[in-house]
Amino acid sequence: MTDQSALARPAAQTPPQANWFSRKIHKSETFRAYAVLSPALLFLGFAILIPFAILVVLSFWTPVGFDFNREFTLKNYRDIMERPIYGTLLWRSLWISTMATVFTVLLCYPMAYFVAFHVHRNKMVWIVLMTLPFWTSYLLRVFAWKVVLGYEGVINSGLIWVGWIEAPLQFLLYSPTAVIITLAHAWAAFAILPLYVSLEKIDKSLLEAATDLGDGPMRRFFRITLPLSLPGVISASILIFIPTTGDYITPALLGGPNGMMIGNLIQMQFGPTNNWPMGAALAIVLMLTIAAICAAFILIIFFVRKRIT
Amino acid sequence: MSSESYINRPNRPLQVYALIFLIVLYLPILFLPLFSFNDSIYVRFPMQGFTVQWYQELMARTAVWAALMNSVKVGVAVSIVSTVLGIFAAKAITRYRFFGKEPVVIFIMLPLVVPLIIFGVALLVLFAQLLGVPLSLYTVAFGHLILCIPFSTAVLMPRFEGFDPAIEEASADLGENSWWTFWRVTFPMILPGVVASLLLCFTVSFDEFIMAFFLTGTDATLPMYIWGQLRFPQQFPSVLALSSLVIIGSFIIVLLGLWINRDADMTKTKAGIDA
Repeated sequence: MTDQSALARPAAQTPPQANWFSRKIHKSETFRAYAVLSPALLFLGFAILIPFAILVVLSFWTPVGFDFNREFTLKNYRDIMERPIYGTLLWRSLWISTMATVFTVLLCYPMAYFVAFHVHRNKMVWIVLMTLPFWTSYLLRVFAWKVVLGYEGVINSGLIWVGWIEAPLQFLLYSPTAVIITLAHAWAAFAILPLYVSLEKIDKSLLEAATDLGDGPMRRFFRITLPLSLPGVISASILIFIPTTGDYITPALLGGPNGMMIGNLIQMQFGPTNNWPMGAALAIVLMLTIAAICAAFILIIFFVRKRIT
Repeated sequence: MSSESYINRPNRPLQVYALIFLIVLYLPILFLPLFSFNDSIYVRFPMQGFTVQWYQELMARTAVWAALMNSVKVGVAVSIVSTVLGIFAAKAITRYRFFGKEPVVIFIMLPLVVPLIIFGVALLVLFAQLLGVPLSLYTVAFGHLILCIPFSTAVLMPRFEGFDPAIEEASADLGENSWWTFWRVTFPMILPGVVASLLLCFTVSFDEFIMAFFLTGTDATLPMYIWGQLRFPQQFPSVLALSSLVIIGSFIIVLLGLWINRDADMTKTKAGIDA
């Protein structure tokens, strides 16, 4: 593959006396590309792969006081399988982030559709408006929801002030509902961009053709727009599902005891509980679960699509 | 414009929906500045009157200024290093066709998707277990770099796509070596992207909390300081004031970055990453 790609563009001038290796480097686009990429790749490789490897090793150890028993054991993983607390929290995390993902995608789809099809001037202004909050502090956006949903927060005190309710609504704060609302709000930008991109790419003449052939707006949407924007829906879902499953700030600030997630448990193992090997094992179980679910999700979509077409 | 009429006809319900969407997106954040001027330590309606006392109190606290300086130091260092690495990565990805490009791009963009708690604990283990490095602002910056390199690369890629490589080749043909070609041709062309990358990465690092939580030593960054204050109900109003300042500052820096880089269509490159 290297020779072909080198032919595609004018080869860099190589001094004729250069040895085989340096000639190879000058000629081969792949070599040059990796040479240019190397600073970023080496850093990320070092910063991602090595810590992960250590995390895996650590998960097979057990804690002894402030040190570790370095004997290989599956005890942590056995505990995760056997003790109900871990399974419960993992399931709850998956459930909460699934709900958050579904809500976010459902709520963002019409918005992305609006900008893709009905905004003709200053599209960029709309995109910036929709993604601006995403760039600002996640912690503060979660904190803002605490202010809004709190026991004496904006909604409760506002409704009491107006006289619609007598006592604060209990379910608003410290519940899975609060976590789902906050996550959906915080990750909206992650859903809007891929949805917008996939909708924007749709060839408008297909819609005209469908209309000319007698499809009404609803049929046109379900037969043309929705299937063609499916890649955007899939990437939006994955982009929200993965990071929200491991979140711990939102459940810590808004979840209460019933809204605790696996991320909080991991954080506790590295903090107050001080059982790092267990925390490492939980982090790895979390990653594997997420990877398995995403793979299953993509496979299902793939086969459903194949059967339709 | 009859060909547009039945598809692009203004859709009233959708317009209303879009408006409500934007209001819901911004309203919760706007309550922070609103209540930061409220003359009561309780965040609740009815509001008690206007005051700037929480801001005055904030200015008098040395811990706030120290945390601010820590965050600025980390943010500046991280944004410069990640932008330099991002320039190289974006150039390689957009300019060369090479074996394994897709896996490389996915690997670089991975930190945008993997839950940051995993990077946080993995790096904590690396520093504390393997390297024996004490936690400090350096370890926080190291973690933030992982997050900022993908951002820099994504911001800079449309810049490289936006100009013709023939201009660089012309410079080479006219006898410039690659070092001066970069400084005299490439760099001026990608400069808006470089500035945008610096500003956006600064904000990302400045506001980052999840990794900082695991990697901070004794010197707190600003989000860590805010997190610490959240435990004390009597500190609520001054946290509101501080949060308002941080959010307004972040908005300004991000808007500036996006405005400088406005002619690069970032959604195009995002498509390449996401889809």
